[in-house]
Amino acid sequence: MSWLERIRPALSFLTKKETPDNLWTKCRGCGQMNFHRELVDNMNVCPRCEFHERIGPKERFQQIFDGGKYERLGIPSVTEDPLKFRDQKKYTDRIKAARGATGEPEAFAVAEGQIGDISAIVGVQNFAYMGGSMGMGVGEAFIAGAEAALDSRVPYVVFTAAGGARMQEGLLSLMQMPRATVLTSLLREAGLPYIVVITDPTTGGVTASYAMLGDVHIAEPGALIGFAGQRVIEQTIREKLPEGFQRAEYLHEHGMVDMVVHRKRLKAQLGSLLGVLTNAPAKAA
Amino acid sequence: MITYLEFEKPVAELETRIKELKASAGEGAVNIDAEVKKLEAKVEAQLKAIYAKLTPWQKTQVARHPARPHLKDITAALMTDFTPLAGDRKFGEDCAIIGGPGRFRGRPVMVMGHEKGSDTASRLKHNFGMAKPEGYRKAVRLMEMADRFGLPVISFVDTSGAFPGIHAEERGQAEAIARSTEACLKLGTPMVAAIVGEGGSGGAVALATANRIIMLEHSVYAVISPEGCASILWRTSDKAADAAAAMKQTAQDLKALNLIDVIVPEPVGGAHRSPQAAIKMLGDAVETQLATMDGMGTDAVRDDRRAKFLAMGR
Ligand SMILES: [Zn+2]
Repeated sequence: MSWLERIRPALSFLTKKETPDNLWTKCRGCGQMNFHRELVDNMNVCPRCEFHERIGPKERFQQIFDGGKYERLGIPSVTEDPLKFRDQKKYTDRIKAARGATGEPEAFAVAEGQIGDISAIVGVQNFAYMGGSMGMGVGEAFIAGAEAALDSRVPYVVFTAAGGARMQEGLLSLMQMPRATVLTSLLREAGLPYIVVITDPTTGGVTASYAMLGDVHIAEPGALIGFAGQRVIEQTIREKLPEGFQRAEYLHEHGMVDMVVHRKRLKAQLGSLLGVLTNAPAKAA
Repeated sequence: MITYLEFEKPVAELETRIKELKASAGEGAVNIDAEVKKLEAKVEAQLKAIYAKLTPWQKTQVARHPARPHLKDITAALMTDFTPLAGDRKFGEDCAIIGGPGRFRGRPVMVMGHEKGSDTASRLKHNFGMAKPEGYRKAVRLMEMADRFGLPVISFVDTSGAFPGIHAEERGQAEAIARSTEACLKLGTPMVAAIVGEGGSGGAVALATANRIIMLEHSVYAVISPEGCASILWRTSDKAADAAAAMKQTAQDLKALNLIDVIVPEPVGGAHRSPQAAIKMLGDAVETQLATMDGMGTDAVRDDRRAKFLAMGR
């Protein structure tokens, strides 16, 4: 149980954001209306067009671990707002709002459990929390997950999602690139599989560090994956971007991801990969 | 022709008067020496005053000054036997990053860094110091070679960032940057990085994940440009000056945050006024930092680098 789950009753700012089951939501892929409960039952993939809606750690953990059973690992606390940053809003207010909206202490959550009978540590980056942006908190959570994998000698599976860096932490946010890379190097040296599942969207410093350093890169269909933002590129080259640019399928075609896997097949795919990479005995058919 | 920055106006006026005086002096009928000396003293005083309290946004402009010492000036002054190597052996040659083996004050090393170029033709050739995947993959090649031959690596960082373009993305810009950072961390020889102008985001960190990080006094190092930060968080790039201050991107701020090791003082009026003096001081700082790692073994130097980055922000 995370510290937040433990102390939740005492925190009044945490209003649980709930979507009533009888709600209809408009699909961002095809524009059709989906019955909310039907969408959730379908792993948040549109039953009409297969559009993969973004999901948070809670749902992801439930989908990916055997029997939906897992245990959350605590993530280290960090100095909040180290630069006393303020733009139009105070950074501390943005943090408060993100915690209230997501019920999570940071944009990266870690849990342990089994995937296809293989023990693993899983990290999930949360786009709903300040765009999944990478600051000290995210970096430390990523590191804690990797250290847990090293301690238990199990694979590390990370679901990435980030609109960019946590600019409010200045260079400290940029330093999460080398800091996370220290750990991916250690996993490699230890001979432990490090699998990245790249989800929509993964851009900027996250892509240019731990998202691209996996032994295997799996992407969810249609996920936006890239280094530079599309608007920045358009402004630089003054051209329209080609259809499908920086999408999962495009990266697959260009050799940057190994496979694009539908959410419904993801758990099975991870299970079989982890089984082989950890030299586990084959399962009876 | 000197390029004056906006806040250097008083200096520009004084120096114009000095020039006019010298021109009008003609055959030396009037003795202008005393007047020129007085004006020159004023210039010095003005520069000292202005540069002593540059705002973070003004420092950004100094860091981007076209006459700031660039990689080619630095290698020309500090290196002998410098042999730039070309290509990533995979796709192409990227002149935004230049590097190769050579002697730094006599000592065999591997040197690499961003080159922005200094006129229209060379700026285009070097793509304004904005590297593509090939540049970072060349850097990886150089670092692996340094490792094989036991050469320390010196890197000089000066880039507004990695190039944002279709082909760069197509060929894996993110992966190339990630691998370059990884290569820095893997290196079994000492590495010193110096931010000499702009340290722009991932494009900088790919060459700056070093045991020791030096910054020139008026250089900047940030996760995003002040303009970019302002346009995202303030929704207008007009707030770049506010963003520059808020992000704490100056050498002084970053030293206070313990994210860099050493600040190298610049000559009065900035490195662009006296490039050779600036380069000499930079060379001294690099030499001193390299010396702190003399005799360190492969594992020690790697552990030192890992520990340094893990300790950041803790
Ligand atoms: Zn749909």
